Amino acid sequence: MRTRVLLTALAMGLGLSLAPDVAALAQAPAKVAPAKIEPAKVAPVKIGVLNDRSGVYADISGEGSVVAARMAVEDFRPRARDLVVEVVAGDHQNKPTVGAALARAWYDREGVDAIFDVPTSSVALAVHEVTRERNKVFVDSGAGTADLTGPQCSPNTVHWTFDTVALANGTGGAMVKRGGDTWFFVTADYAFGEAVQRDTTALILRHGGQVLGSIKTPFPASDFAPALRQAQASGAKVIGLANAGGDTIGAVREAARLRLTEGGQALAGLLIFSSDIHSLTPRVAQGLVLTEPFYWDLNDATRTFSDRFARLFGGRKPTAAQAGVYAGVLHYLKAVADLRSAQDGGRVVARMKELPTDDPLFGKGVIRADGRKIHDMYLFEVKKPAESRGEWDLYKTLATIPGSEAFRPLDQGGCPLVVKAAQAEGGRP
Amino acid sequence: MSSAAASTDASPIATALPEGKDAKAFHRLVFVIIAALLVVLPFILYPVFLMKVLCFALFALAFNLLLGYGGLLSFGHAAYFGMASYVSAYAAKVWGLTPELAIIAGTLVAALLGLVFGALAIRRQGIYFSMITLALAQMVFFFSLQAKFTGGEDGIQAVPRGHLFGVISLADDRVLYALVALIFFAGLLLIYRIIHSPFGQVLKAIRDNEPRAISLGYRANQYKLAVFVLSTTLAGLAGATKAIVFQLASLTDVHWSMSGEVVLMTLVGGMGTVFGPILGSFVIIAMENYLAQFGAWVTIIQGVVFVVCVLLFREGILGLVARTLKRPL
Repeated sequence: MRTRVLLTALAMGLGLSLAPDVAALAQAPAKVAPAKIEPAKVAPVKIGVLNDRSGVYADISGEGSVVAARMAVEDFRPRARDLVVEVVAGDHQNKPTVGAALARAWYDREGVDAIFDVPTSSVALAVHEVTRERNKVFVDSGAGTADLTGPQCSPNTVHWTFDTVALANGTGGAMVKRGGDTWFFVTADYAFGEAVQRDTTALILRHGGQVLGSIKTPFPASDFAPALRQAQASGAKVIGLANAGGDTIGAVREAARLRLTEGGQALAGLLIFSSDIHSLTPRVAQGLVLTEPFYWDLNDATRTFSDRFARLFGGRKPTAAQAGVYAGVLHYLKAVADLRSAQDGGRVVARMKELPTDDPLFGKGVIRADGRKIHDMYLFEVKKPAESRGEWDLYKTLATIPGSEAFRPLDQGGCPLVVKAAQAEGGRP
Repeated sequence: MSSAAASTDASPIATALPEGKDAKAFHRLVFVIIAALLVVLPFILYPVFLMKVLCFALFALAFNLLLGYGGLLSFGHAAYFGMASYVSAYAAKVWGLTPELAIIAGTLVAALLGLVFGALAIRRQGIYFSMITLALAQMVFFFSLQAKFTGGEDGIQAVPRGHLFGVISLADDRVLYALVALIFFAGLLLIYRIIHSPFGQVLKAIRDNEPRAISLGYRANQYKLAVFVLSTTLAGLAGATKAIVFQLASLTDVHWSMSGEVVLMTLVGGMGTVFGPILGSFVIIAMENYLAQFGAWVTIIQGVVFVVCVLLFREGILGLVARTLKRPL
């Protein structure tokens, strides 16, 4: 009897102590591009691309963002040959705890110096906090929440591509200027939907427009027909979709069925991306108006980049979030090469803010004191099937919103860093 | 006849094994091993990962108390776990309570919620019981989505870890790990005690044959409500602790998929075994964390593991071990 007890204990102990080894073996994250170059003077830099690789945002960010990061590393190599950069990737499954745990493990155990992308606002906010605590660098490209540069702004975070305020600004402000001055909202009944409606309404009113009404839909909603019929009947020139993800796609499909845009009303998506439009196809999404900071067919530089990207990534054109990862990595490496060290995350971000940004995708720009990257935004309309010359020929540009107008003004975000920066400015003789 | 037991298929697996004289000594040995592992593991594995495992293990243990020993399959345990984590996060962040008070606040809310929901749900048996718990949990989810204090889909972020009793800083992962390990171990001991108390014996009798237990004079519903509240309280304790560990509370924790995950952990580890859920949560969390780079494959792998588990060893990993050893675990 006794020996059996001992044997059992031994077996259990062995089993449990083996489990961690197996786990540790599996722990090595996907080594994507061990870009090994000549012996390094600067300590090797490790960057992590943390995003959704399996869920709703996998098309917007996902593996494409990793491809973009790898391209940025490759393109930067001629500028600093002694800088060794490794790219790792991880899936946060859109769960804040998974994202926060992975970020912590990367910083503490894997020696990751900076994290990029991170769609899904709740996960982005969690990574934002972990990065501040560990004094690393977080360059967000995929998330929409403007809180990253609001009252909780951090000296370790740069918000690169877009935010909900800028999207509302673009679609709300620019549409009114183009004559779309009466609006009706179809709003998802939760905090995000309400926030988008509130922000956009403020802009519409400021530009002299008018909101005729709004209707709330449950979140997530399965049937948009009643809401859209009401919107149609309101006679508003623009119907704003204050929702996201599957809700927006469902609403756009239903609108196509009701032939909403053919009746002269414009449909405005407040959070929808080129990958969504691509999967909806111009036949369904035609006439939809939306704001994005990037489109592959903007100019020669974006076209060259996008062709290269498509060759590496199964023919898909980059989304705005993926373009943001490319540009963000490029600028981050610029700052690291300039400092000759990636050790102190706060210093790297400070240098990123000092250096003007210049990349083929977003052009020239700056990073503000609150961490907000400034560039132009564009108001697009989805082409009609007859106008579209190819699978990826999706948009025509309606308006360019200059960077100075596109984002929330620096003094309205309530970011403490802004006050500090202003004091430092004023303190100088 | 034994409707609850039959329809949720919580037929006794562990109890089929005789609780011999040396079972107690054997369990004592298991406890010593667990305690030793709790001390040693943080030196081998990453403490934050371990803390996550421990929080979920406690959650699964609490769930197993209800399913494995009460024969009640709740499909809405995320409600108590998540609501406790919201309350704990809110108390620590907005009210500035010390972490132990925040955790207690979260746990109490889960207990209250369990009392109200349990009183409603135990009136029905089997699948109806499960559906009521699911429906109530969905109400909690929508409440969490809409209520101002939960921060909607962004959740409550940047929760301070604070100072234990206002003195000991929890900023260091190792200090926090000690606290989490202590909470986990206390929870485990409590559950073990409940299972092996006279109360636990009656519970098992009700699970196996409710009409007979009633005919013997036991008020089955009171026992069921008691075990339901105990289970939700401990689930709340796990959720409240998790909020302090990860410094956030989010919708993921109240979502129905979290309720599903805890069922998975319990079944993989071994339903109706005392220690099985610990192993189950270790396996599931390890998959979630270390297979993260496989993306969509994680869910598929989890599904395959679950199917294999159900097909090959229905009693779970530890149930299989227990059968091989001919000892209840």
